[in-house]
Amino acid sequence: MAEIRNYTVNFGPQHPAAHGVLRLILEMDGETVVRADPHVGLLHRATEKLAESKPFNQSIGYMDRLDYVSMMSNEHAYVMAIEKLMGITPPKRAQYIRVMFAEITRILNHLMWLGAHGLDIGAMTVFLYTFRERETLMDAYEAVSGARMHATYFRPGGVYRDLPETMPQYKESPFTDKKKADELNANRQGSLLDYLWDFTEKFPDCINDYESLLTENRIWKQRTVGVGIVQAERALQLGFSGPMLRGSGVEWDLRKKQPYEVYDELEFDIPVGKTGDCYDRYLVRMEEMRQSNKIVRQCIEWLRQNPGPVMLDNHKVAPPNRETMKHDMEALIHHFKLFTEGYCVPEGEAYSAIEHPKGEFGIYLVSDGANKPYRVKIRAAGFAHLSAMNEMVKGHMLADVVAIIGTQDIVFGEIDR
Amino acid sequence: MSEPLVKQLGDIFEDSLVACEEALGEVTVEVSKDDLLDICRQLRDQDELAFEQLIDVTVVDYLTYGQDEWATTEATGSGFSRGREESQPVRKSWQRERFAVVYHLLSIAHNRRLRVKCFIKENRPSIPSVIDIWASANWYEREAFDLFGILFLGHPDLRRIMTDYGFVGHPFRKDFPLIGNVELRFDAKQNRCVYEPVSIEPRVLVPRVIRKKKDETVYVAAPEQGGRDG
Repeated sequence: MAEIRNYTVNFGPQHPAAHGVLRLILEMDGETVVRADPHVGLLHRATEKLAESKPFNQSIGYMDRLDYVSMMSNEHAYVMAIEKLMGITPPKRAQYIRVMFAEITRILNHLMWLGAHGLDIGAMTVFLYTFRERETLMDAYEAVSGARMHATYFRPGGVYRDLPETMPQYKESPFTDKKKADELNANRQGSLLDYLWDFTEKFPDCINDYESLLTENRIWKQRTVGVGIVQAERALQLGFSGPMLRGSGVEWDLRKKQPYEVYDELEFDIPVGKTGDCYDRYLVRMEEMRQSNKIVRQCIEWLRQNPGPVMLDNHKVAPPNRETMKHDMEALIHHFKLFTEGYCVPEGEAYSAIEHPKGEFGIYLVSDGANKPYRVKIRAAGFAHLSAMNEMVKGHMLADVVAIIGTQDIVFGEIDR
Repeated sequence: MSEPLVKQLGDIFEDSLVACEEALGEVTVEVSKDDLLDICRQLRDQDELAFEQLIDVTVVDYLTYGQDEWATTEATGSGFSRGREESQPVRKSWQRERFAVVYHLLSIAHNRRLRVKCFIKENRPSIPSVIDIWASANWYEREAFDLFGILFLGHPDLRRIMTDYGFVGHPFRKDFPLIGNVELRFDAKQNRCVYEPVSIEPRVLVPRVIRKKKDETVYVAAPEQGGRDG
C-alpha cells in the first residue's frame, strides 16, 4: 500500500495573492492546511537601525515607506513620539490638518485593502472602482505635499505647509482634448478643501456601490462567512488591534479610548463585529470608511473657519520661512543648524501609539539627548496579525489561506520594517 | 489616571520591583530577571491590573548610550555622527547592564499602559520567555533573538525571523556596523551567489561642523572617531 504523507506547498514569495513578499510554507493534508509557517523578512530594510544614524527629521521619510499604503499615519506616530519627548504641542490647525489626512489615509488604506481582498477571492470589478477613488485622494496628497505617496508632510511641531488655495489643473495635450480636460478640472476650481469636500459628497455613494457588489453577493459570502474566526479572548492574547480586534467584537479604538490630537472634539462611531470572521471584518472596515468620511467633513468645516499657523514658531524645531532667511541672519543660522545637525531631543523614552488603519501602530523612542534617536522601535500592527496566521488557517482549505491573508490586511513594508 | 497605577503596583509587588516611576505620562516598571514571570502573570491575572494584551517586546542595547563625537576644530570630509546638546550632562559611560528587554503592556479593561523593563547581562544574554502568558510574544521574541541575540528560555520555536537564511551576527547590536559585514553578489564563474566582505567604505553624508565650547576652549576630536556609522 502506498504511504500517505502530508504534502508541503511553498506559497510565494512571488505570488500575486501573497500581498508582497510573503513566503508561506504550508503543510497540506489533501486540500486542508495542517500547519502554516510564514517566512517574513524578505523586505527587511532595518529602518530602526537606519534611524539611529540620522537626525530625527530625516527618518520621517522612512516612516512613509513602512506601510506604503497608509503613509501619513506612519509619520503621525513618529512625529508624535518626538513631540512627546520634546514636550511641544503643534498648533490647533496643524492638528486638524493631521487628523484630516490621517482619515484620508485610512480611506486610502481601506480602499486598497478592499480592492486587493476582492481581487484575491475573485471579485475583479471592485478593484477598478476602488482605484478610481484612490486616485482622487492621491491627488490631494500631491497637492499638499508634492508627492503622491511618500509625502513626508507631518513634521515635529506641525505640518510642512498650509493647505494650498488652488488645485493643479489638467492641461490640454495630445492625449487629453479640451473637453476632456475641462471635465477633469471641474472639481479642481477651488481650494484643496473644496476639492476634498466634493469628494466627501460623492464618496458615500461609492461605498454603496462597493457594497452592492459584495455585501449580499453569494460568492463573496461563501468565501468569507465563517472563515478565519478568532474569538475575542484569543484576539487579545494574540495581540490583535484595529479592525482585526473590532471584528471579534471588542470595542477598542485608540481614537476614542486614548484620544490624541483633536479626536475628542470630533464625532464618530466605532463599528464592532460579532463573530470575528472575515465577513465581519469586511463589514467593520466598510463602516470605518463611512466614519472616516464623516471625520474628514468635520475637519474641513473647522479648517475653513479657522485660519492660522500650521507650524510652531520655535526655530529650534521648525525651519524659518524662506523670506525671513533672506534678510535675517539669525534665521539663516537656524536654518543651517537645523538642516545639518538637526535638533537635540531631551533624554528619555516615549511610546506613542495611534489608531493606524491596520491597528495599533506605535513608536517606542529612546533618546540619550543627542540629535539622533538612540533607539527606535516600530510596533507594527500587521506583525502581530501575521504571527497568528498559523492559528487562523489551521483546518481551512488552501483557497481560504488567500482570504485570510486578505482579511489581515497584510503589507510587508511594515511587517518587515 | 496613572497616578494610582504607580501606587497600586507598589502595594501589590512591594519589594519585588527594582524601580517604578512615571515619566511623560507613562509608567515604567523595572523588574529583575528572576521575578519576571511571576510579576507578568500577576499583571495579567489580577483584576485591578488586568494587562491582557502584550503590545510589544523589544530590546535596547545601551552600549554607546550618551556618547557623542561632535567635538572638532576643523571641517572634515568624513562628517560627524552623534552630537548632544552641551547644556545636558554627558554621561561618561553606561553604568548598568548592557541590554534591556522592554515589554509594552495594554489593559483594555482599565484603559492604561505599562512598560516593563528588565536589564540583563551582556555575556550570553538570556531571559525567560513570556509566551505562556501572552501568545503574541512568539514573533516578538523571535525578532529580538534575531536582531539582538537574546535567548528567550522556554520559547518553543526560537528561529531567526527578519534576517536572511544563514545570516551570521545580530545586526541591531550597537557594535554591528550599519552597512553590515558581508555583501552578496552573483558569481558567473561558479554560477551561484557568493558572500564576500563588504567593499564599500562607511561614510556620513552630513558635513562636519566646527564647534567650540562657550569659554572658547576647543574640543579636539580623535581623527579615527568620525564617520563610522554610514
